[in-house]
Amino acid sequence: MFSYIIKRLVVAIPTLLVLMVLSFLLMHAAPGGPFTYEKKLPPEVLANLNAKYGLDQPLWRQMVSYVWGIIAHFDFGPSFVYKDRDVNEIIAQGFPVTLHYGSIAFVVAVVSGVLLGVIAAIRQNTWIDYIAVGISIGAQVLPNFVMAPILVLVFALWLGWLPAGGWEGGELSHVILPVIALATSYMASIARITRSSMLEVLTSNHVRTARAKGLPEHKVILRHALKPSLIPVISYLGPAFVAMITGSVVVDMYFSTGGIGKAFVDSALNRDYAVMMGITLLVGFLTIIFNLLVDILYAWIDPKIRY
Amino acid sequence: MKQRLLLSTILSATLAIPAVAANVPEGTALAENQAYNYWMLDAIKSLDPQIVSSVEDSDAVRSLVEGLYNEDGDGNLVPGVALSHDISEDLTTYTFHLRPEAKWSNGDPVTAGDFVYAWRRLADPATASEYAWYMELMQVVNGAEITAGEKKPEELGVTAIDDHTLEVKILAPLPYFPKMLTHTSVFPVNQKVVEQFGADWTKPGNFVGNGAYTLKDHIVGEKIVMEKSDSYWDAAHTVMSPVTGLTINDENAALTRYEAGELDRTTVPAGQYPRLKEEFPDEATSTPYSCSYTYIFNLAEGKGNEALKDVRVREALSYALDRDIVVNNILQGGQKPAYSWTHWAMNGFTMPDIDYSHWTQAERDEKAKALLAEAGFGPENPLKITLNYNTSEAHQKIAVAVQQMWKQKLGVEMTPQNFEWKVHTDKMNAGDFEMARYAWCADYNEASTFLDLWASYSGNNDAKYSNAEYDALLKDAKTAADPGPDYTKAEEILAKDMAIIPIYHYAKVDMIKPDLKGLPQNNVQQTWYAKDLYRVAQ
Amino acid sequence: MVLSAIDMGALAERLAMDEVKGRSPWTDARIRFMRNKAAVAGMFLLIIVSAFAFFGEMFAVSTYDYIDFSRSGDVLHLGRPSLASGNYFGLDDQGRDLFARTAQGTRISIIVGLVGASISVIVGTLYGAVSGYVGGRTDQIMMRIVDILLAIPFMFVIILLLVMFGRSLSMLFLGIGLLSWLSMARIVRGQTLTLKNREFIQAAQAAGVRGFTIILRHIVPNLLGIVAVYATLLVPEMILTESFISFLGLGVQAPLTSLGDLISQGAKNMRYGTIWQLLFPLAFFMVTMFAFFFVGDGLRDALDPKDR
Repeated sequence: MFSYIIKRLVVAIPTLLVLMVLSFLLMHAAPGGPFTYEKKLPPEVLANLNAKYGLDQPLWRQMVSYVWGIIAHFDFGPSFVYKDRDVNEIIAQGFPVTLHYGSIAFVVAVVSGVLLGVIAAIRQNTWIDYIAVGISIGAQVLPNFVMAPILVLVFALWLGWLPAGGWEGGELSHVILPVIALATSYMASIARITRSSMLEVLTSNHVRTARAKGLPEHKVILRHALKPSLIPVISYLGPAFVAMITGSVVVDMYFSTGGIGKAFVDSALNRDYAVMMGITLLVGFLTIIFNLLVDILYAWIDPKIRY
Repeated sequence: MKQRLLLSTILSATLAIPAVAANVPEGTALAENQAYNYWMLDAIKSLDPQIVSSVEDSDAVRSLVEGLYNEDGDGNLVPGVALSHDISEDLTTYTFHLRPEAKWSNGDPVTAGDFVYAWRRLADPATASEYAWYMELMQVVNGAEITAGEKKPEELGVTAIDDHTLEVKILAPLPYFPKMLTHTSVFPVNQKVVEQFGADWTKPGNFVGNGAYTLKDHIVGEKIVMEKSDSYWDAAHTVMSPVTGLTINDENAALTRYEAGELDRTTVPAGQYPRLKEEFPDEATSTPYSCSYTYIFNLAEGKGNEALKDVRVREALSYALDRDIVVNNILQGGQKPAYSWTHWAMNGFTMPDIDYSHWTQAERDEKAKALLAEAGFGPENPLKITLNYNTSEAHQKIAVAVQQMWKQKLGVEMTPQNFEWKVHTDKMNAGDFEMARYAWCADYNEASTFLDLWASYSGNNDAKYSNAEYDALLKDAKTAADPGPDYTKAEEILAKDMAIIPIYHYAKVDMIKPDLKGLPQNNVQQTWYAKDLYRVAQ
Repeated sequence: MVLSAIDMGALAERLAMDEVKGRSPWTDARIRFMRNKAAVAGMFLLIIVSAFAFFGEMFAVSTYDYIDFSRSGDVLHLGRPSLASGNYFGLDDQGRDLFARTAQGTRISIIVGLVGASISVIVGTLYGAVSGYVGGRTDQIMMRIVDILLAIPFMFVIILLLVMFGRSLSMLFLGIGLLSWLSMARIVRGQTLTLKNREFIQAAQAAGVRGFTIILRHIVPNLLGIVAVYATLLVPEMILTESFISFLGLGVQAPLTSLGDLISQGAKNMRYGTIWQLLFPLAFFMVTMFAFFFVGDGLRDALDPKDR
């Protein structure tokens, strides 16, 4: 197992390299550059800017010096738009914010989703099941850009309990609404996946055998049914977590949390090449880590899988 | 006419204007809470005066750093670091007399040398400022050559005669030169601090300014917090503190936060002004804002749509575009329909008398149909065109409304094409469009900032409009004692050729808390200074 | 290796199952599906919504892009839903008939959802099953490719696609479809990994059945349950993704619209009194989603061979 993890981590390096080259080329193929404005810059000013940021160099050179900067100094380059910041600073500022509300939302989504799904499954076709399914579908069909303004309207404007936005260093009152807005739809997905997979497991032979042995129902579920029924859920978690990080743009826009989601979309729209690359690589790195974790969890849950 | 008067005063000798800070009328009871929270659409990109490139940036920098002159609520100049200036006989040498008591927030005195350093820094290719061309626009001697790398920054036509006397040499007389000094890119920076911290000097803790506020906190994409500076020369009259700018990308979300009391000033989303005005008559405001909105034609040879090279077609499209609907049904925020290019409220500008602006819309539609038929288009042979616009709700609303106007009245088949901002700009620069949405905001409060755009030699003239008479008028205006008639005449030519379809002149439509006073009322560039603000007790 | 009692039981069941070949399993599935009330109701709803989406515009008072300029300035008061004016759903904030727009938007959304989900189901299932079944180095490489593609933030790819090739429906299908097969592939692979060690697969291998045949005959049918559920999760997810793109302003080319676009507009104007602009599209959105979920569940129950 240990050597498997090491192997996967070693493979991660070329993966990230490929990702880097791919996104680098895609980005430069897109029309417009960081200094394309409606008020056009005079050619000499543009030339100075390009020289300063190395954009006058051939592409392969830019790429080499970019990679070298990362290897030699862990420097992901300057931002072309936020001129007194570099990529490291932008990520260091935005990522902890996103990670903060993102991981809380993740935990909330997983715990409540699994709970909801399991309850619905063991009470299949009762009113409990219908309510649970209803909640999870309801939560899923409300897009978070509808959810966010509704939450703000109710909790900030009408009730006045919570602030309508801002981050203030992650003060609890500023975290609640973003977490709800972000977590609900993932909670719903997890609940549905858990329910259907749990139903499948409950009719499987080893659960039947366990029941036949006379184990009490809660033990059957906790010991024999829960673990295998989580496999599809776990498959969903890796991409879901990453999607929560990049998908946090709605949260960042409505609640002005200053997270990485908004920074990411902005950098793409503004052609802020280095920031775009930096966040892409970060998300790529997270994806790899999470996929690895998912695989490890697989092996833990289903001992028949060997690597 | 006010502008002319002011300029003649300047030309006569020395400028001496009373200083204005928070101009609290006597007997006003100030509120206990003097905190001010304002809305920013986007994150602040930089706080370095020479790097600043967006509205959010310059709004903050004007509080943190002070230039030679400031503007008052009507857009007139008031002393900042400079108390006054003299002009040489030939109108090309300006000598500024600086305030001796001005200090940086680290205690250093503000000297003429700081300005020399900042101005050289602006022009220096190594700084790579996006506003380096501002030196050229101001016609400072050698500015253009330095930016182009042909001369050294030290050769810039700006000298510190002594610590409190600054001399600037310009290439040719430029009547509005002093007005250009309120732009943040010519604000001073503290050489010692910039050299010590490099690009990090704008971070909280490092930042040293000479403005009425100091930088307390700055979290990109979330907020900026500024506090009253005790070392500012007029600190006694600074009332507001702390001043906080909050980045909220969604206008509707910002309005919600305003209503929740988290903001003191925010923008009004398109179409919501009438309702808010009714509900909050003391809070909803609309003031002129010096930007113009237009649809341009691609007139470049061999590019765009040939049908649009026919002036009759362009006229027909312009006539049938019902500006009143755009202004009254879509925007609804006190914007004015435009039949000419330059914003109506520009200082010293007389609006041209455009014929069709007096017609009724029915008359315009009638004429449009006739013109289009004359040009050979009709139900059998409908005119097919495309219009590029960049992604934005308001642009989209206008584009689809115009599409319907042209379709319903003229049978023209226009396809609106929505492009992301950079692509839209790229396509315009490359001449890859038939019609495109465009808008321009004044760099300084004078009509030439608008009109220069359509000169054949202008780098921003993406319509590739070219008219020798127009060019000649603008060149003449640069040296004329009174350029006003030239500008009006140029507008008439533009309208006759129908080179562009002017659509509306902007207004700044805001919600402002009623106890907040001191915001500019008649400043078309919407330049505001936090130090002028105060809250009254209610 | 000693087979556990449970696995023996499973094997026995499989063997017994293979002997019964009276009816085609698909006929069974159809019968089971028709017995499921919720699923049939969902199907029925889907038919109604589709009929509305594809024929609704015929009953509208004006086309989806016609602006009534006489009322567009004061939609709040003049554009309320009304039977008398023929604007059953009222006007949108530009003065267009919301009934026609909702029909047109529903059509686009359903098409985006179905096309996107089909691309992703077909590509993802085959890819994931092959990767998981073949295993070893092939699996490694195939999954690394998915990792790399997954690690490319998909919004950027869609933005780039829409940007470089212009905005068009086919680009949207391609973008959404091509990006969503990735997680499908991962899920299918995960399932295949567990299936692969089952006795009936090993039996087939021992009998010398070719690998690809095993995948198509034995693995894919056993995945149908989870794939059906996931696919029905995908359709609404596609619709949601499209709406997210619309929210960013990169959706279908105006004046065309989609449910996501209409909802996003409606949500923005929610507080300004024109609540119908949110409610009607949102209702269709939710009904469509509910319908897909019920149909998906019905499909799962019907196709799941373990229920036999």
